[in-house]
Amino acid sequence: MKTVRVLIVDDHRLFRSGVRAELGPSIQVIGEAEDVESAVTAIGELQPDVVLLDVHMPGGGGQEVLRRVLGSGSQVRFLALSVSDAAEDVIGVIRGGARGYVTKTISGAELTDAINRVSEGDAVFSPRLAGFVLDAFASTEAPPIDPELDSLTQREREVLRLIARGYAYKEIAKELFISVKTVETHVSSVLRKLQLSNRHELSRWATARRLV
Amino acid sequence: MPNAPVAYPRMVRPASGRVVAGVAQGAAAQLRLDPVVLRLAFVLLTVVDGLGVVAYAALWMFTPKEEAEGRRPAREWGQLAAYGVLWLALAGFAWMTGASSGGFGTWPIAVGGIGALILWQQADPGRRQRWMSGAVKQVSTTWVRTGIGALLVVVGAIGFLAASGELAKAGTGLVFTAVVVGGMLMIAAPWLASLVKELQRERTERIRQEERAEVAAHVHDSVLHTLTLIQRNAHDAREVARLARSQERELRNWLYQPKQDADASLAAAVRRVAAEEEDAHGVQIEVVCVGDCELNEGLVALLQAARQAMVNACKYSGAPVVSVYAEVEADEVTVFVRDRGKGFVLDDVASDRMGIRQSIIGRMERNGGSARVRTEPGDGTEVMLTMKREQQ
Repeated sequence: MKTVRVLIVDDHRLFRSGVRAELGPSIQVIGEAEDVESAVTAIGELQPDVVLLDVHMPGGGGQEVLRRVLGSGSQVRFLALSVSDAAEDVIGVIRGGARGYVTKTISGAELTDAINRVSEGDAVFSPRLAGFVLDAFASTEAPPIDPELDSLTQREREVLRLIARGYAYKEIAKELFISVKTVETHVSSVLRKLQLSNRHELSRWATARRLV
Repeated sequence: MPNAPVAYPRMVRPASGRVVAGVAQGAAAQLRLDPVVLRLAFVLLTVVDGLGVVAYAALWMFTPKEEAEGRRPAREWGQLAAYGVLWLALAGFAWMTGASSGGFGTWPIAVGGIGALILWQQADPGRRQRWMSGAVKQVSTTWVRTGIGALLVVVGAIGFLAASGELAKAGTGLVFTAVVVGGMLMIAAPWLASLVKELQRERTERIRQEERAEVAAHVHDSVLHTLTLIQRNAHDAREVARLARSQERELRNWLYQPKQDADASLAAAVRRVAAEEEDAHGVQIEVVCVGDCELNEGLVALLQAARQAMVNACKYSGAPVVSVYAEVEADEVTVFVRDRGKGFVLDDVASDRMGIRQSIIGRMERNGGSARVRTEPGDGTEVMLTMKREQQ
């Protein structure tokens, strides 16, 4: 397997070196950045395969980096990595264009796996993100504006449910009698819906959730 | 001298050197005239139907006091007496000659003049300069005031024409009323606006302070407390991990979870149960909840069964993490408790062991639900609990 070139963007130095030490041999860390400005510059110069992106940072946070880099037409892939569990952060960064969201409690092996997955163009959902998506897509009674984008298929729902239950992709494939590739396709399709659905409820749900 | 380098702000009433309230002095500074000129003007206007008093009072109300430290200096009583005597002499002269009744003609001029003066003193120098250059760009807040001021001046002029053309007295009275009401409105508008703005500012400030106090209290009560405990237990790695984890969980709940009553809502109750077992056994329990509903008898039984499943997973599986997933659907509630630990052979569990048979499966069935246990040695364990929701 070819090595994946990774840029770590996080405002905590201790955390950056911790991640660096934990990653497997298939990952090559080519640089670090500690705020929005330096991240945008480093991404432009180094052209990493995957950017590990912190959500909360000085100067606008991960969403600002996503907006500026993806807004300029770059094809760099982002994996969001955060301590935050807030729905608005999780949904916000995915809607901003990240290909996955994992929390910082993730183990080194799992993170390595997630980076490899993102570098191949797949999506990475943590159990919590899967839970948020199920909740968000289920919570509205309003009829979908665009049925193709605004609702999940039965199969996608099953896959998400298994992710939320703590299953790895391989275990999901076994459980549903499908291939790992098919699981990946379903998750990518959910990611696409999450990013492209113009249902306002998604963002509103995420914000309103805190205010109940 | 429109390009004076020293930007001077809105007209204020200086505290030192005032005769009555500092209005004339402030106006003089603003207009770059000698205060004596303005004081004389006020005295003269007072002789004419008391207009000076009205103008003075209006400017007094709407001109902010100059901010000054320490005790306010006393009025210049000597000057006040001088102006008073001057006024008496003029008034006496006017009374004798009968020139004091300026008639209706003076009133519209005076009202228009006062309106224009107030407009003038409300504006800051930059805006005044823009007015002077004639390039009045429409800024939403300024054009209303400008419009009203202009209207007042026009009405004043019409009033003057009407009076001098000796129109019917009733018509003049109407115009006069309109002028007064218009003037009042214009006078009150900026004052009310600033009052509302001030109130809003105070309110946000108070909310912010309350929020800050709450955060400080929380950090003090829980986070600092735990950090102290961690230092005291530094030798005991397991205890340190447990303390850190429980504090992390509490902080997360406080930051990210909607405030919920754990005695009433299923999602909150599941989180609480998981937290308690996590603390008791030192094994991390990840909880994901989708949807929520109110607790009832059946769901309490489901919770107890779920707690037993978590206890089993923590105690016997050897897995570092246990996943709990609770989902509320329209017709049923499902809870999954899963670990990636040792697993076991279900049929080998002795029939007198209460954990799985009684506390989980038996309890669910007694309450009209169902439980399914999936396990294999080396492949972890998953307990699935389902309870139908009562249709309302």
